[in-house]
Amino acid sequence: MTTTTAPKPAPEGSASLRELLQTNDAKRRRTDVTMRVLITAAFVLAMLPLLSLTYTVVSQGIGRLDGYFLMNSMRGVFGGMDAGGIYHAIVGTLQITLFAALISVPIGLLTAIYLVEYGGGKPLAKTVTFLVDVMTGIPSIVAGLFAYALFALLLGPGAKFGFIGSVALSVLMIPVVIRSSEEMLRLVPNELREASLALGVPRWLTILKVVLRTSVAGLTTGVMLAIARVIGETAPLLLTVGVIDSINFNLFEGRMMTLPVYVYRQYAQGLVPCSADDAACIPDINIQRAWAAALTLFLIVMLLNLIGRLVTRWFAPKIR
Amino acid sequence: MTSTQPRTAGSTDPDAPPAGTTAKRLKSGHGDRGGSRVFRWVSTGAGVLILVILAAVAIFLVQRAWPAITADPEELASRISWFRADSLLGFVGPLVFGTLLAAALALLIATPIAIGIALFISHYAPRRLANALGYVVDLLAAIPSVVYGLWGGLVLSPLVTPVWQWLGDWFGWIPLFGGSVSPTGRVMMTVGVVLAVMILPIITAICREVFLQTPRLHEEAALALGATQWEMVRMAVLPFARSGIVSAAMLGMGRALGETMAVLMILSPGFAYSFQLLVAGKQQTIAANIAAQFPEANQTGVATLIATGLALFVITLAVNMAARAIVARRKDFSGAN
Repeated sequence: MTTTTAPKPAPEGSASLRELLQTNDAKRRRTDVTMRVLITAAFVLAMLPLLSLTYTVVSQGIGRLDGYFLMNSMRGVFGGMDAGGIYHAIVGTLQITLFAALISVPIGLLTAIYLVEYGGGKPLAKTVTFLVDVMTGIPSIVAGLFAYALFALLLGPGAKFGFIGSVALSVLMIPVVIRSSEEMLRLVPNELREASLALGVPRWLTILKVVLRTSVAGLTTGVMLAIARVIGETAPLLLTVGVIDSINFNLFEGRMMTLPVYVYRQYAQGLVPCSADDAACIPDINIQRAWAAALTLFLIVMLLNLIGRLVTRWFAPKIR
Repeated sequence: MTSTQPRTAGSTDPDAPPAGTTAKRLKSGHGDRGGSRVFRWVSTGAGVLILVILAAVAIFLVQRAWPAITADPEELASRISWFRADSLLGFVGPLVFGTLLAAALALLIATPIAIGIALFISHYAPRRLANALGYVVDLLAAIPSVVYGLWGGLVLSPLVTPVWQWLGDWFGWIPLFGGSVSPTGRVMMTVGVVLAVMILPIITAICREVFLQTPRLHEEAALALGATQWEMVRMAVLPFARSGIVSAAMLGMGRALGETMAVLMILSPGFAYSFQLLVAGKQQTIAANIAAQFPEANQTGVATLIATGLALFVITLAVNMAARAIVARRKDFSGAN
């Protein structure tokens, strides 16, 4: 301390010592610069594919994404026809995801309430926490197989309708909702609970009117992000809901189309063989539709994320 | 002990229920009547439901897969057109191999880069930029896998083909890059790159959290001793975050293991134990195989596919549990909780 603030007028060694202290070791400096460059390079390298992805989806998809595309289904569309849209897929995606949310949000929220308010280190709470971790890791395709197996047992094999997809998605969504809600509920200060209980408010009303009321913004964000997570799931819906070209509003009967599956199907159908004299035939129409649908899906996911995060900012309770 | 005294005395209050109930209430620790009791039972029920769901997943999968597990291999082969193996294990084996290969490749590419990005965001970038970047990374984690698949199949595959060709020409003597390089780019190496891009945001997000939790004093102490920024990172941040990095990588691997669409849309499948990453038609993963065969499969075929799904379930469970165990074991010493 003292040597740096007031260097002693010391013997011969001090000049070389000071030089040693003041100049950087060249090798160490080189390592430092190298690592700085490497780390920045890693960042730039990783941003390249992500930028390329965003750019391609937007630039390729924007051309076909218009009112007609959004408001029409694929019924009666074949070959290289310049027609067809994603209305049926949007209907399916919204319905299936909505029902998945209707199943997962109550279960997830109540489980989180159990873990935070009632669990308190009981063996059951510990088991549930562990199992939620396990559930987070279930691959989406296994969730699809589970929903298929469940309904094959109930209704016989081969059943395919929208609600099975909702069940599959909710298996994926429940752990996400639990994790985020649990975190939010734990953020509620204990003083609020104690104050409410001290005023003689029963426990369940305390939870409903104080704990949930305080954390409602965070809970909404968590639910929105969970929806954004599952709305793009393809594999489980491919197994449980199947594909169809027409509009189907009935969640409990018949196959439905969903946006991610639509993207995959158009991609899988690939190029259309066109005869040379057919001017109306577009060889890569399927690919164009795939990009446009991908852009729609991309926009929906981004929108959900943005709204979810803005909700926190707007409605967060002002705790001093 | 003494603190319970006044509360028992309080039961002489005229409004309080009879003494027996009070004792019970004190024991259970809840003011548990009417709405409260219902609410508590409902929320406990939701917790138990999680247990039931997970048990149901395991039981239903086993129940549906049972016909394939117990069936005679020859019967399977005669009923399923794509079953080209002499036993169920012989069928699952190459798929498990392909799945592990793809995930390992993705992990190998993604982990160092993710650590780099996380360090950049947490310690190198200016504070204002860092917040925005963290937000962007979180957004990227939400992009649906089918969009990655579309991009990988239509944009990346043609783009990397010359690179793979060059790798094959110059480094063909390494077995990994040997064989005749595919001209389409629909090979394991491309899948590995796309999977790596997909799991980058997850690994980065966790690593960043952990890096940010490094005790400020450790960092300042290192800097005060004259360490350069990199030395500070190496001596203070990385040791603190080690278990966090490992668990982040394993969670990313869990994601890569179960990834279906990107593999399905890019890889040209095959059923061999082959390390040749640049040759088409060599490997296939469990998830992609299920998605490819399931829509057209007959009853026996579905049972076989569910059996492979069960294998995938077990593998991802093992990986995830290992990750959690690592975090739990080193919880006290690091920021990985």
